[in-house]
Amino acid sequence: MKPAVVVGGDGRVSVRTGKVELGQGLHTALAQIVADALDLPLDQIDMLPVDTESSPDQGVTSGSLSVQDAGAALREACALLKPGGGVRRAVGQSVPQAGLARRLAGTPHYIHDLLPQGVLHGRVLHPPMLGATLQGCDLSAAQACAGVHGVLQSGHLLGLVAETSAQADAALEHLESAARWQAAPETAEAAADLMSLPSTTREVHRRGQETPAVRTLRAVYSKPWIAHGAIAPSCALACWGPEGSPTAHLRVWTHSQGIFNLRRDLALAFGVDAEAVRVEHVPGAGCYGHNGADDVAFDAAWLARSLPGRTVRVLWRRADELTQSPQGPAMRVSLEAGLDEQGQVVRWQHEVWSPGHSRRPGRAPTPALLGAWQVAPPHAMPPSIDMPLAVGGGAERNAVPDYNFGHVQVRCHSVETQRRSSALRALGAFANVFAAESFLDEIAHATGRCPLALRLAHLAHDERACAVLKAATERAGWSGRVREDAVGHGIGYARYKNSGAWCAVVAQVHAGATLQVRRLCIAVDVGLAVNPDGVANQIEGGAIQATSWALKEAAAASHAGWGDYPILRFTEVPAVDVTVMPSEAPSLGAGEASLGPTAAAIANALFDALGVRVRDLPLTPERIVAAMDTDQ
Amino acid sequence: MAPLSLSVNGRLHGVSAPPQARLLDVLRDELGLTGTRFGCGAGECGACHVLLDDRSVPACDTPLWAAQGHEVTTVEGLMPALLDAFVAEQAAQCGYCSSGMLIAAAALLRANPRPDEAAVKQALDGHLCRCGAHNRIVRAVLRAATA
Repeated sequence: MKPAVVVGGDGRVSVRTGKVELGQGLHTALAQIVADALDLPLDQIDMLPVDTESSPDQGVTSGSLSVQDAGAALREACALLKPGGGVRRAVGQSVPQAGLARRLAGTPHYIHDLLPQGVLHGRVLHPPMLGATLQGCDLSAAQACAGVHGVLQSGHLLGLVAETSAQADAALEHLESAARWQAAPETAEAAADLMSLPSTTREVHRRGQETPAVRTLRAVYSKPWIAHGAIAPSCALACWGPEGSPTAHLRVWTHSQGIFNLRRDLALAFGVDAEAVRVEHVPGAGCYGHNGADDVAFDAAWLARSLPGRTVRVLWRRADELTQSPQGPAMRVSLEAGLDEQGQVVRWQHEVWSPGHSRRPGRAPTPALLGAWQVAPPHAMPPSIDMPLAVGGGAERNAVPDYNFGHVQVRCHSVETQRRSSALRALGAFANVFAAESFLDEIAHATGRCPLALRLAHLAHDERACAVLKAATERAGWSGRVREDAVGHGIGYARYKNSGAWCAVVAQVHAGATLQVRRLCIAVDVGLAVNPDGVANQIEGGAIQATSWALKEAAAASHAGWGDYPILRFTEVPAVDVTVMPSEAPSLGAGEASLGPTAAAIANALFDALGVRVRDLPLTPERIVAAMDTDQ
Repeated sequence: MAPLSLSVNGRLHGVSAPPQARLLDVLRDELGLTGTRFGCGAGECGACHVLLDDRSVPACDTPLWAAQGHEVTTVEGLMPALLDAFVAEQAAQCGYCSSGMLIAAAALLRANPRPDEAAVKQALDGHLCRCGAHNRIVRAVLRAATA
């Protein structure tokens, strides 16, 4: 492995990290850390592309851990070069994102812009839904198309390679109309069905003594399947060299979150040594979890294998991106609370039903790559799992309350589904925080207490939690809020993963013909913010994405495009006010902390506005009307 | 077939693509202008917008023949003021959708040099952003309008 930090003859510093830039500003923050550790100006630091040949294997860039983990590794590497160094100059400053001006000006940057001389354009036709089988396909029309180099079929997978992108698109249309599919049997796997599907149960957490309660409240909440909805369809390039050549046998360019894991699964899928595969990271559009990046890398390698020495670029279509990518799974959360005479919570039970949240490459005996399950002979699709809670968990993430609730019991029911679930931003924390923070609001209303006071009363042991709640409510004018017709305010709070950033959100909504989120006031404590504006950008972006999920999104098994999977638009986006708490404590990730609290704050504000409790996301006009009918 | 001619960012190019080719493919694959980006191919996301004279249009849904005789402006041909405002507001995360928004903003500012916030949001409403940089983008356009 090459050294992580190298000072060149010209004084410029080259930095190798295994964590990739996903649009989250990570490489800017890491450069700030290195600049200070070496006492150098920030503009002398160059972050190198991430590559299995020269970068350290630091696993997957996920879980809001990269600033902590990769930052610590780089500090150590710098300390070898300059022991004791480091006056703080760049760290703590809101420096602009590296290379943003060039990116905005249209300079080639994304994997989509990587068009080496002689590149061929590939397209792959996956079965229209997971489990559908190919009954037959006359390849001749596609083969006869102008510029087509070859049409491939293996098992249930079809593909083609053409001279130009337009020719590849045209041939794909012919292939698509010639393919005859047998649909997979339909299964009921929506949030409402999860409790009746086969499951295995585990106790996640238990603490405290059984305490008698004078009153018990119960409620059940849910979130639907949600699509990643990356703005750019997944894309990859691949090239096979001659066997036994000194260079890599297979080279792949990808926007994957985990290039080493992808390398391992590509090697498994094609029956070659991992050392013979070189995987290089090239940025894609914003990535919020396990999307189609790894799958399309398999697709490119599969097509390129038929044309050794030629580089093949595969681009998915919009419908593929929404249909073939893994989705964040539906979840159902059942909560029960016992209250004492003062209305304090003395017993709390949190039960969650969910498919697994991780089916990433690199972790199973067979490759976790879509196409590898569809070729002949097929590899088995690995199950979707939840990592242990100690490393963040999956479905149970943030199911354990940080509140001082006396007796606490948390159970997780892992549900098997046909639909392909995997990691989407915040994993189970989104639904668990939405549910728990909605339920706390219900408890506050049922006992006539202020939702802020109830939270603070159960968080007295955690100063930083109280501080973000106070900061967010102050910014929102919580205590002086005036009652306006159809306008409501709501609070949501969580410490992400119980070990990450503390985040409180106050939402102001207007519930007219549709539910409109007007303003989100957010306070976050990420410890020392390496780049405060970068943190604000992540927190704000997460909150806006969560607003989109909470108001509009529910993924079906397939989607044709944005027309049938609408996301939040400019005229629907709330004003967002972010307070980054000043702190010298160790830095924590910011990418996922605001999503759960935002959804809960919106649902609680809806209740404040209309007196209607909607427990199933998304909070569509139909759901709100249905909840009104139920309440009456 | 004689090459068609296309005026892009003030320069006339001979183009070998057929008249029905998508303007997006011509710009990216033939002229190497990769700042115009593919997002959906159906005019639903706004990522591939270019100016056709003063109008902001999706290049994925515009055939080459329809662009002939008009001046095409891509993000590579925009004046720096708008880009500077986006940098000043850090109005992006991944930035993939930015070029379409810069084009829509340029069209707005040509038609309405002093738009208010509502007008900016309306002009950008057909442009999708998944990272959640919307408010920064609106501030950047307002900043460019007052620069």
